[in-house]
Amino acid sequence: MNKPFDLSRFVNRDNNILQLILITVAIFAMMSWLEPTKFLRYYNFESISFIFPELGIVAIAMMLAMLTGGIDLSVIGIANLAGILAGVFFTKLFPGDPAAGMAGEIARVAAGVMLALGVGLVAGALNGLLITRAKITPILATLGTGQVFTGLCMVLTGGPAIVGFPAYWGLIGNGKLFGIAVPLLIFVAVAMVIAVMLTRTSFGLNLFLIGTNPRAAVFAGLKSDRMVLYSYMMSGTLAALAGIILSGRTNAAKSDYGTSYLLQAVLICVLGGTNPAGGRGTVLGISIAVIALMLLASGFQMMRFSNHLIDFIWGGFLLLVMVLNAFRNRA
Amino acid sequence: MNLFAKLMRRSETAVFLIVVAIMIVIGAINPAFWQADNLFNLLRANVVIGIMALSVLIVMVSGGIDVSFPAFAAAAMYLTVLAMNAYGYEGVVLPFIGATLIGLICGLANAFFIHTFRMIPLIVTLGSASVVRGLLLGLVGTSIVNIDRMPPALIAFGRSSLDVGGAKLSVMVFVYLGLAVLVGLLLTRTMTGRSIFAYGDDAESAKRVGFNTRRTVYVAYGLAGALAGFAGLLHASMIWLANPRDFVGYELDVIAAVVLGGASIFGGRGSVLGTLLGVFLLVLIKNSLIIMRIDNTWQGVVIGCVIVIATALTAWRDRKTLA
Amino acid sequence: MAEPLIELRGVTKRFPGMKALDGVDFAIAPAEILCLAGENGSGKSTLIKIVSGVYDFDEGTLLIDGMPVAGLSPRAAIAAGIQVIYQDFSLFPSLTVAENLAMGRLLSEGRRFIAPAECRRLGTEALARLDVNIDLGARVGELSTADRQIVAIARALMSQTRLLIMDEPTTALTGREVDRLFALVREIRAKGIAVLFVSHKMREMLEISDRICVFRNGQKVEEGPTADFTEARITRAMTGQDLGHERYAWAGDASAEPRLRVQGLSVGELVRDVSLELRAGEIVGLSGLLGSGRTELALALFGMEPDYRGTILLDGKPLALASVPEAVEAGIAYVPEDRLSEGLFMSQSIARNVVASAIDRATRGPFLSDDAVTALAERTVTDMRIATTDVEKQVGKLSGGNQQRVIIGRWLLTGPRVLILNGPTVGVDVGSKAEIHRRIRELAVKDGLAVLMISDDVPELLHNCNRILLMHRGAIVDDLDPRDLQEDDIHTRLKTLR
Repeated sequence: MNKPFDLSRFVNRDNNILQLILITVAIFAMMSWLEPTKFLRYYNFESISFIFPELGIVAIAMMLAMLTGGIDLSVIGIANLAGILAGVFFTKLFPGDPAAGMAGEIARVAAGVMLALGVGLVAGALNGLLITRAKITPILATLGTGQVFTGLCMVLTGGPAIVGFPAYWGLIGNGKLFGIAVPLLIFVAVAMVIAVMLTRTSFGLNLFLIGTNPRAAVFAGLKSDRMVLYSYMMSGTLAALAGIILSGRTNAAKSDYGTSYLLQAVLICVLGGTNPAGGRGTVLGISIAVIALMLLASGFQMMRFSNHLIDFIWGGFLLLVMVLNAFRNRA
Repeated sequence: MNLFAKLMRRSETAVFLIVVAIMIVIGAINPAFWQADNLFNLLRANVVIGIMALSVLIVMVSGGIDVSFPAFAAAAMYLTVLAMNAYGYEGVVLPFIGATLIGLICGLANAFFIHTFRMIPLIVTLGSASVVRGLLLGLVGTSIVNIDRMPPALIAFGRSSLDVGGAKLSVMVFVYLGLAVLVGLLLTRTMTGRSIFAYGDDAESAKRVGFNTRRTVYVAYGLAGALAGFAGLLHASMIWLANPRDFVGYELDVIAAVVLGGASIFGGRGSVLGTLLGVFLLVLIKNSLIIMRIDNTWQGVVIGCVIVIATALTAWRDRKTLA
Repeated sequence: MAEPLIELRGVTKRFPGMKALDGVDFAIAPAEILCLAGENGSGKSTLIKIVSGVYDFDEGTLLIDGMPVAGLSPRAAIAAGIQVIYQDFSLFPSLTVAENLAMGRLLSEGRRFIAPAECRRLGTEALARLDVNIDLGARVGELSTADRQIVAIARALMSQTRLLIMDEPTTALTGREVDRLFALVREIRAKGIAVLFVSHKMREMLEISDRICVFRNGQKVEEGPTADFTEARITRAMTGQDLGHERYAWAGDASAEPRLRVQGLSVGELVRDVSLELRAGEIVGLSGLLGSGRTELALALFGMEPDYRGTILLDGKPLALASVPEAVEAGIAYVPEDRLSEGLFMSQSIARNVVASAIDRATRGPFLSDDAVTALAERTVTDMRIATTDVEKQVGKLSGGNQQRVIIGRWLLTGPRVLILNGPTVGVDVGSKAEIHRRIRELAVKDGLAVLMISDDVPELLHNCNRILLMHRGAIVDDLDPRDLQEDDIHTRLKTLR
């Protein structure tokens, strides 16, 4: 692709990105003006870089489901189940052996990561099979499985949080590599892989076509069921990854962690230009949207707004963005 | 077609048979199930979730979905109870009207966004739920109003019961059934109710035929909000406390109950009778885990499985009738 | 002509950048069946919408009963006795027949409540007026398309209707059902009601109407008693040109191994023991009433009826068609019946629509190449003569004919051996239709494609096929040679099937 970068065409085709960038800049400017001393500190941005990746990854997982016109309401359940199963693995099945060296510990954590991701993959596959084989509407299928996954979390923990994750597990959520937060690095890697997958592979094109018109996709000979299944498996795996980061960052896993992430993930998708009816969405949009929201949230936190009011602001923001989109589509 | 065949084709019949089967099984495992006290408690547990299910039913028939009713119910309940305490109010009629109005206003706000901007109901109601809950907890307060500070009139109202053969049957059950009859009449015997079905079938055609579709949307969501608000305060009066964080996660149970009762989330299909049965089935399963000596932590798993199996069966049946 | 019921004088309607109607004079009298003919975009729909009060107009006058009317609203139009039956009927599947029928009346009376007995009474009256019998308690969703249409007509006639506008009422009907509809329309006329009939099918226009108005580019180009018209004259008036109709002759080798051989194919009760052969270069027509099993046969060949029984051989090799991808892999292509819901990805670009079935041809390793997508799309645009300069344009912005070419072009990229077309020119302009027919013939002759053309459009089959199969109740009942046939022969044959 050696075509010169044509800004006007880019903006025309995706003026949603432009709107997003403007919103982000506006938020940044407003917060810098309101709370210059606290907001503009390096520490603030660093802490954002630890917190936002798990939400960003959940949002990408949500977007994958939305691309085919579905939705994944079980992402939080999957994330917690992955974290809790890893916790059970570390504390009950395979407790740390003091004699084991660093290599042994790393192997143990790696096994835990594989287990957690595997749980996500299986959970996602279950969603995908219910949607493609049993033909359940995604919203109801994932509502049900989400309940099942959260229920399993309850059964496994009995309620209280599981603690006692190995130190290396904590590094995934708290560590730094080359002075950059590990979660941020993971998010960037995930975002790039998914972006390339969506825009530069036939799988991505398949998802967009299926989302635009599922019936036409069948008549065009696309392997719709398989593609949708893969997309939910991917969504489940990403949710599990978010669960790993979350439990790594907090050194705990609980059945009701991150429940507010569900609304936020939907909000980020919509704000980031994903069409909940399917067929449209970009990783770039999601990434900018999650950063915009995090800047907003951290700014309000500095102004000592309670978390509840931030929920209010996010809900209001979701409605506002939808109104803006409605006006833009009308024009 | 004879009556029997017609009856068998209705989803209500299927749900009813399942309910009976489950009751027989539970009764066999633990005969205490059939005691009047237990059955009346079961009915009492239907009330709040059932009224909320009626609210969701109306929205689903119109082709939408509503996940904001728990937040509306919490807001209506908490604000009304605080107001009653602030003014030392002794009655119950005005508070219930107040709670219903709070829910109504919230529901109308949903309708405004959905109708004016043609937004997807799921996303609007996710947003409005967050707004209402955020405002309630952030501005009004987070502390629970306990039994010692609850308005006595409300508690007395929630306690009122009838003596049936030595067991107490809560009057709230009749309130619930009365509302169900009203909603049933509204949906089947009024033009507004039929317009909700028509709108759920095909919004564009409803408009062409001459329905005022704006009114339909406002009525559907407004009424849904009002029912949620009423259910919220009723809940507080029945459990003798008002917790602004209450009803979290109810959307799952209620939507599950309505779907179990045969309503379609694509609109145009659903009945009050089916919804009552769906609610009863759900509550039956939930409450009977204890009687069947299954650990309470399994509740989520069981309910989730019920949702998945029920929706899979519905999808399977729909495909068969199509073919 | 009697005193006109509705009259337009010099009516002009402008849209940004175009005149949809340009100084049109138009009139319809009571008890008259008037047909509007014209290609898509000729101004027919605009005229209907002006008469029914949906659009306002820029110049001219509209008269009802000789009185000028300004600013006609949809409500006022209904009050004046003007009813429109849209293509989708605007019925409510979850309400009963009685409720669907009664709803309009109850609404106009501003009722708040609805009594089943009254619905039933109104419904019985409405159906009695048409002398038809449909279960009033049934939900409309359970009715056949033909019955739904009758309900829609019955509903439209419930108020004091004086003009009934029917927008392409026969699209979803076949044979006998069309006859029944026409009989109804004549009865309606006998009651003194005017009927404005819009259709794409010329035969139907000639059969049903008293008068025909032909529109082209927003102007009325011809008007006169139906007796003065022939199909050729209508076509000429609609397109402004003569379209040659030379019948398709197949000059292949009848003794060679058939491209497609189907033996004893059954799909449930819908297709029963069908055997047929399709040779390279043949264009074989397939017709039959709705429900004859012709679509199910095509779907089975396309891998969408995995439970079929029987043998399907392609170039002598047996195929097991359990899914669409397998059929596509084998070289079978299918252009579906409903372009909008089954064919196109409306909000996506022309390029993406074109490559949808051959994405593998645009990949380099695991990656998709935008350049390859564009190149494939541009080649198809040239090849199929799709009227666009930009393959990144949304496919929804193309005309019906061009959209259909996108779908045919999509299949050509998969290197098909057999092309099945289900209603290849439904809702396509006359001019575009000829171009699509030309391309199909070219594909059969030059590329040796075996084509199965399913259609209700008898002239289309007669002119483009070298054989015509008729299906009835799941079985092939006739294998006809079009050289020996006239249109009426096939219509007569179709009518005897019941």
